[in-house]
Amino acid sequence: MIPLNFYLVLSALLFTIGVVGVLTRRNAIIVFMSIELMLNSVNLTLVAFSSFLGDATGQMLVFFVITIAAAEAAIGLAIIIALFRNKQTVNIDEINLLKW
Amino acid sequence: MDLYAFFFYFFAVLTVGSAFVVVFSRNIIYSAFALMFTFFGVAALYVLLYADFVAVTQLLVYVGGILVLIIFGVMLTTKVFSVEMKTGTLNLLPATLFTAIIAGMLIFVFSATDWNVVPDQEWDTTVYGIGALLVNEFILPMQVAGVLLLVAMIGAVMMAARDWTKLKSK
Repeated sequence: MIPLNFYLVLSALLFTIGVVGVLTRRNAIIVFMSIELMLNSVNLTLVAFSSFLGDATGQMLVFFVITIAAAEAAIGLAIIIALFRNKQTVNIDEINLLKW
Repeated sequence: MDLYAFFFYFFAVLTVGSAFVVVFSRNIIYSAFALMFTFFGVAALYVLLYADFVAVTQLLVYVGGILVLIIFGVMLTTKVFSVEMKTGTLNLLPATLFTAIIAGMLIFVFSATDWNVVPDQEWDTTVYGIGALLVNEFILPMQVAGVLLLVAMIGAVMMAARDWTKLKSK
């Protein structure tokens, strides 16, 4: 049986990779995918705790996270498509309308 | 090494490896497809953790829904036949520092804390427990989540529609 710490370190690694993606990539869609990676790592932590503590609440929380992720995916891609229509780019360096 | 450990390491390597490809690949199409393997790997880890229902939901929602949306987004916003798909990086040094701090902190807290683990938990099926929680203690959050999905759906259509005032007049 794999101990709990292995799952936790795995999800910490996934989260870290997601943070790297959000901080370093220029393409808005890749930033978006990195956010999905981070949400997945949090889900993995919740499921691991739920399974090792013998409590179904963690698995139920995962459903709320998945709901938020689905809503965020729809809204985020709508924003990206609207941005692309207006600026012809999804490069986050060039999207600086609010900067003066 | 027993079979359980073998599958754990296999899916852990698959998940982390494809997550690396998602973030560091130069080609955004490769990133999108590597994301699929990450989602599959996480779903397999859910199965190893006896969370059958969550694993199936992960496959349905992430691979069937969110990934298709993301690939649509990639196809709609990149000029597929040009070199535009190659994307760059920025802020490498501060990002590396920040990430190292986050990773160190997370792994330190995870390994330094003494978790109250119940040894050798026997799970029968998780569906009953999750359903009972959802309709008893968490009935209000569930309703709010439903309203949130409706609002998100309407908002996404309004934002992505080319000119939604025309939609309204019809």
